[in-house]
Amino acid sequence: MAGMALNSDTPTTSKKASSLINDPKARGIFYQVLTLALLVLFVWTVTQNTIHNLQKANIASGFGFLNGRAGFDIGQSMIAYNSDSTYGRALIVGILNTLQVAVIGIITASILGFLIGIARLSRNWLIAKLAEIYVEVFRNIPPLLVIFFWYKGVISALPQARESLELPFSSYLNNRGLFLPKPVFGDGISLVLLALAVGIIATVIMARWAKRRQMRTGQPFHTVLVGLALILGLPILAFLAIGAPLSFDYPVAGRFNLTGGTVVAPEFMSLYLALSFYTAAFIAEIVRAGIRAVPKGQTEAANALGVRGADVTRLIVLPQALRIIIPPLTSQYLNLTKNSSLAVAVGFADVMAVGGTMLNQTGQAVEIVAIWVVIYLSISVTTAVFMNWFNARMALVER
Amino acid sequence: MKKMILSAAIGAAALGLASAASAATLDDVKAKGSVTCGVSAGIPGFSNPDDKGEWTGIDVDYCRGIAAAIFGDPSKAKFVPLSSKDRFPALQSGEVDVLTRNTTWTISRDTSLGFNFRTVNYYDGQGFIVKKGLNVKSALELSGAAVCVQTGTTTELNLADYFKTNNLQYNPVVFEKEADATTAYDAGRCDVYTTDQSGLYAIRLKMKNPDENIVLPEVISKEPLGPAVRQGDDKWFDIVTWVHYAMVNAEELGVTSKNVDEMKNSPNPDIKRMLGAEEGTKIGTDLGLSNEWAYNIIKQVGNYGEVFDRTVGPGSPLKIERGLNALWTKGGLQYAPPIR
Repeated sequence: MAGMALNSDTPTTSKKASSLINDPKARGIFYQVLTLALLVLFVWTVTQNTIHNLQKANIASGFGFLNGRAGFDIGQSMIAYNSDSTYGRALIVGILNTLQVAVIGIITASILGFLIGIARLSRNWLIAKLAEIYVEVFRNIPPLLVIFFWYKGVISALPQARESLELPFSSYLNNRGLFLPKPVFGDGISLVLLALAVGIIATVIMARWAKRRQMRTGQPFHTVLVGLALILGLPILAFLAIGAPLSFDYPVAGRFNLTGGTVVAPEFMSLYLALSFYTAAFIAEIVRAGIRAVPKGQTEAANALGVRGADVTRLIVLPQALRIIIPPLTSQYLNLTKNSSLAVAVGFADVMAVGGTMLNQTGQAVEIVAIWVVIYLSISVTTAVFMNWFNARMALVER
Repeated sequence: MKKMILSAAIGAAALGLASAASAATLDDVKAKGSVTCGVSAGIPGFSNPDDKGEWTGIDVDYCRGIAAAIFGDPSKAKFVPLSSKDRFPALQSGEVDVLTRNTTWTISRDTSLGFNFRTVNYYDGQGFIVKKGLNVKSALELSGAAVCVQTGTTTELNLADYFKTNNLQYNPVVFEKEADATTAYDAGRCDVYTTDQSGLYAIRLKMKNPDENIVLPEVISKEPLGPAVRQGDDKWFDIVTWVHYAMVNAEELGVTSKNVDEMKNSPNPDIKRMLGAEEGTKIGTDLGLSNEWAYNIIKQVGNYGEVFDRTVGPGSPLKIERGLNALWTKGGLQYAPPIR
């Protein structure tokens, strides 16, 4: 095999067999083929062994169980779900919950991380020191501990259901969660969504036009302000035009707890807060490093050219800093997503917890672990692909 | 293909041991000199380490009975505490030889999980515990309540079925570990905690103010709790089964750990046969053990009644009545086939 590959690769060299053995290129190909063959053999053996052992142990296998009735309830679900739904749907509930906490966590962690990272560079001694303490505390304790800290804190520090803390706008807080009024939309609300879509599309077109015009004529345009007006203004106008069909479902005291409204459960809250605070510490360090890495000469050069203060940061420093920040930031986003599997510890129904329940009810350990791996892999790869695209957009374009 | 590789790799890790262990568990147990039992991580009365670190409970004593039958020494029993989620893979993979972990016998566990059940060492049923202050008298008043429950149990499924059947709303708060679920209930995260009734009484003892909690009268499920073994090893299955039957038969025949030596000379042929005192008996050796197997169990662990009394019954802090677990001759369900 290796010899043949070599011959087709290097037809011009017609040396003797002894020199073939000493040819580093031939050796390289030989060892690669050998490694690949061994790997295939290993995987094949392991697969056969697993199938054999599963059959021998009389354990049912396959993914057919996903169509079966789940039989258990899930506390937090973004889609309609009850115990009559299938295991497959339960899994989707889990995936959505994981994505929910990951996405909201990433947004919060980014905002918090940027603020703290910039605060660490502040000339104000107190602000810089406070930011430093924050970073050192949160990045040096394990995330599980942070989650417990929040969960036990939420549960033990907040009042019982019957002595709920009253907040503005008919909201309540107790150890069962944060209770908010739930908006109930009337007829024609789809028009508002349509207006929002139109606003976003118009903004994109407008931004492109503004950029082209600035390239051509040097005339700047208030892209941000006009864009905001379009995205916010159009839906508001549509909303008022159809007569503001909006009412609220307020939480009221029930037999056991407040009923009505929407609830942010303490399980979600503690996980979300813990992941955000924990990851923000790392992001802060990345941001600080990124800003520091832009040479001072860049600022000085900008000043020399007459660019003013805020514009120096916005147009010169930040774009260069972002190029350094984004790659390590991607790792942090992936870490946050993966750390969300610690939800099991506080009973949040993420994909790990729901999968664990399914594993126990069906006993399909091999299949469920495989599903977990595929799901986390897909989420992480998608995040990475998006961040790589974003990075390519942000990278220095030479003209 | 990627999925297959992954599942294969995991499967290899999970089942690598199984292929070695499933063939002849008795030989493996004899070779390593101890029997390994999967137990719960701490349910008073079932399996719970006491203040000296010694395991106590009815499940633990079942395991000691197996060790006594095989080795004539109950201390040859080793215990692996398992969460409800970990227990089945642990048995499937061969990490434990037998699962004596208040596990409910159901058809799917008997078939698709690849286990075998036969004996029931505790007939239980699921119930609810609530705070007295809520003034709830029946489970039917629980609509709208937050319910703490341990994940991956039949309890979780019964709960869903019961509330659905009775058209009640509830908000499940699910934990992987029993301790987390009960702590959350105790801290006021939930209005209700649900598990098997025996477990409710046991857990109440651990709460901050045990007297402020009441167990509701409803029993919403059948929970026959018993040991499970892997399919495909009938010999081992027989041994695990007959350990329980020997203990029940002993109680029925009035043989206790205290009088077992005298009973060897009893004129009753049933007793003599059970204790291996009959001339030329092959009962023990046919089981793959010595003829003293039942004598050893009774002498060193006790009969079923003695074990029940000291672990969950009147001789324990739980003080649970015999109820369904009384002998069949006394109106209960504990019935053992004859040893002959």
